Amino acid sequence: MKLVLNGEQQMLRDSAKDFAEQRTPVNHFRSLRDNKDPHNWDKEIWKEMVDLGWSGILIPEEFGGSDFGLAGISVIMQEVGKTLTPSPLLATAVLGASAIASYGTQEQKSKYLPMIASGEITTAVAVDEESHHRPFNTVSSAKAEGDKWVLNGKKKFVVDGASADVLIVLARTSGTKGDSTGLTLFIIDSNVDGIEVIKTDMADCRNYANIVMNDVTLDKDALLGDQESGGEAIDKILDEGRIALAAEMLGNSEAAFDITLNYLKERKQFGVLIGTFQALQHRAAEMFCEIELTKSAVMAAMQGAEDNNNDLQRMASLAKSIAGETLHLVSNESVQMHGGIGVTDEYDIGFFMKRARVAEVIFGGANYHQERYANLSNF
Amino acid sequence: MEHLESFRKEVKSWLEENCPPSMRSGSEADANSASDEVWGGRNAVYKNPESKIWLDKMGAKGWTMPTVPKEYGGGGLTKEETKILNEELFAIGAKQALLSFGIWMLAPALLEYASEEQKRLHIPRIIKGEIRWCQGYSEPGSGSDLASLATKAEDMGDHYLVNGQKVWTSYADKADWIFALVRTGPQEPKHSGISFLLIDMASKGVSTKPITLISGKSPFCETFFDNVKVPKENLVGQENAGWTIAKALLQHERNFISNFGLAGVSASGGGRGNDVVSLAKKHFGEEDGKIANGIFRSEVINHKMKEHAFGLTLKRAGDEGGKASAVASMFKYYGTEHNKKRHEMMIAAMGSHGVAWDGNEFDEDEKNLTKAWLRTKGNSIEGGTSEVQLNVIAKRVLNLPS
Repeated sequence: MKLVLNGEQQMLRDSAKDFAEQRTPVNHFRSLRDNKDPHNWDKEIWKEMVDLGWSGILIPEEFGGSDFGLAGISVIMQEVGKTLTPSPLLATAVLGASAIASYGTQEQKSKYLPMIASGEITTAVAVDEESHHRPFNTVSSAKAEGDKWVLNGKKKFVVDGASADVLIVLARTSGTKGDSTGLTLFIIDSNVDGIEVIKTDMADCRNYANIVMNDVTLDKDALLGDQESGGEAIDKILDEGRIALAAEMLGNSEAAFDITLNYLKERKQFGVLIGTFQALQHRAAEMFCEIELTKSAVMAAMQGAEDNNNDLQRMASLAKSIAGETLHLVSNESVQMHGGIGVTDEYDIGFFMKRARVAEVIFGGANYHQERYANLSNF
Repeated sequence: MEHLESFRKEVKSWLEENCPPSMRSGSEADANSASDEVWGGRNAVYKNPESKIWLDKMGAKGWTMPTVPKEYGGGGLTKEETKILNEELFAIGAKQALLSFGIWMLAPALLEYASEEQKRLHIPRIIKGEIRWCQGYSEPGSGSDLASLATKAEDMGDHYLVNGQKVWTSYADKADWIFALVRTGPQEPKHSGISFLLIDMASKGVSTKPITLISGKSPFCETFFDNVKVPKENLVGQENAGWTIAKALLQHERNFISNFGLAGVSASGGGRGNDVVSLAKKHFGEEDGKIANGIFRSEVINHKMKEHAFGLTLKRAGDEGGKASAVASMFKYYGTEHNKKRHEMMIAAMGSHGVAWDGNEFDEDEKNLTKAWLRTKGNSIEGGTSEVQLNVIAKRVLNLPS
C-alpha cells in the first residue's frame, strides 16, 4: 500500500477543491446559518455534488455509481472540509451507500442504491442512545410479531437525521445492553407511522436529530443484513464513516491553520508582524507536525480500506482519534492566535472550533477510539 | 521486472554464501558471539572475527553504500535494486556491516560538492570501512549559533594552518580523519567566511580529550588543533563557500538522527519485544491481557498511537519521494522528542528497576536502559536543537517572517 494518491483520487481532489473554493466558500455555510435553513445544507448545492457523481462513489456501477472507493470519497470530504461545507455526503454518500452496498439484499440494492446515486433520497444511520457513542449499549428493541417487526426506543445525535428519507437503525433483537451480539440493522422509510423526528440544534449548526420509535411496524424484509449480525456490520459501516469524517476533520485543521498562518503574516503589534514572535512560531511549527502526522494516519486508513486491509478497525480508530486531537489543538490555537477577533461571530475562525468539537464526538471521541485501538493492539 | 527477479535470486544466493552465521540476528551463532558493532577504521578492533569478514565482503561489493556509482567503490545499484537488497538483508536478519559517519553524512556531501580526485580518494575508503570519520562542527562558543565558529585556517601558500577547538566530536578519539568547518575569511560576514576542510587526525598538533556524559559514557570528545598543517587539496568546494556544504550535511545528519532514535517505529504500529507495552505488563502486571495500571496504560496508548502515525509519516515521505528533505527538521524534531518520551515511559514502566545503575542485583538490560535513557537527552540537542528545528520549520516551511 502506497501512502500517496493515485491519478483518479488526485482528479477527485482537484475537482472537489475547485468546487469548494468556487461554490461553497465559508460564507456559504454562514448564510445557511444566518437564514436558519431547515436542512442546514443547501439542496441546489447537493444537486451539484450529485451531478459530479459524489453521491455514487461507494456505489457499484451496476446501480448507477462509480465505485471509486473510500479513498475517493475521503479526498472529497477533506477538500469540502476546508470550507466547512455542509452536505449529506457523510450520512448518505458514505454511511447509507456503504451500508446498503455491503449488507443489502439484491432487492434492497436495486431499490435504494440508484436513488442514492441520483440524489433522489438521503439517508441517516441511527446508532447512539446515550450521551457517549457506545453502539453495543443499544437497548432500542425490535420484536418479531407474526410476520412483522415492531421497533421501540429512542435514538440520539443522528447525523442528517432531520432530513433523511431513509433511516438505517440499529436495534436489539436479543441479549442485553452492552452485548455486541443480539443486534440487528433495519432499513426504515422515515415517514412511516410511529417515527418521530426531533431536530436538535448543535454548536456547529449542522443537521442532527433525535428519533423516537413508537411501535414502528415493519415488514420482515426490512432487515439489513442477517438478523443478529448488526453489531459486526455497524462497526464496519461506522469505520468507513469514521475514516471519511477524519478526512473532513483533517481538511478543517488544514484550513484553520492556513487562515491562522496568514493572520500571523499580516497582523502587527508592537510595530512588528506577530508572526515574528518565537512564542507563536514554535506553536505554529508544532501544529504543522501534528497535521503532517494526521495526513499520514488518514491516508493509511483510507488507502487501507481501499485494499480491504484487515487492520481496518485499528486504522479507523487511529485516524479518527489523531484527527480529533489535531483539530482540537489547531482550532483552539487558531482562536487564541487571532486574539480578540478570534472570539467574534463576524470572523470565520470560531466556526472551525464549533465544528471541531461536534465532529470530535461523532462516532466516538478520542477516548473511545484510544481504548478501541489499545484493545485491538493488546495493550 | 524480469531483471529484478533475477537480481533478487543473485542477492539471495550471494548472501547465503557470504553472510557469516554470527552476523545474522537471532541465529544460534549470534547468541554466542561477542559484541560486533563495526565502525571500521585504521585502529578497528574486531571482537568477533566474522564481523570483519562480513565488512570486507560487503565493502568489496560496495553494498555498504549500494546506490553510489561503482567508480567510487559503491554498489552502483538502482533504487529498485537497493530495495531488493535491503529486503533480502532484512529477511536473513543480517546485521549492519558497517556503522559510519562517513556513510551517513560525509559521503553524500562529497558526492555533491567534492572534486573528482577527492571523490575517488575518499569515498571508496569510507565504503570499505578503511577510514573512520568524525565531524568537527560545534565549538565551545558555537552551539546552536554554529556559523559563529572561530577555529581558523590561515592560508600559508601551499597549506592551511589550523588553530582552534572543536567540541562534541563523536568518537574523535577513535576516528582517523575529521571533516571540519573552519574560518578562512575572518573579515567576511559570518556565513561567508567558512570553509569545509578534511583533516587527517594523525597530523601533528591534533589532540582529543573524551567528555564524560551523564550516562557515564564518553562517545564525544573535545578536539584541539594546535598549528596543524593541512594540505590545500583537502579543501572541499571553494574557499569561504563551506556553509552550503555544512547545511547539506546537516540535512543528512538530521535524517540520520531521526531514524536512529526510532528503531522501534514502523508503519504498521507494531512494537518490538522490549518496548514500553511489554515492560509495563511485566512490571505493573496484566489484567485480562491489559496493562494493569489504568493511568499508565492510557499514557502508553497515546504514545503508541503517535508513534504509529509518525511511522506512517516516515513511510509517506518515502512514498512521496524526495519531498522529505523539505521537512527533515520535522522528522528530527518529532523523532527525537518522541524517542525521549519513549525512554521516559520505559524507565517509568520499570519502577525502581528503571533507574538501576550498576551491580549484580540488576540485569544487563536494566542497567543499559538507564544509560540509554540518559543518552536520548542529547538527541534533541545534537544536530540542531529541537528549538532550532522549530525555527527552521517556522521560517522555511511555513514562511513566517523574521
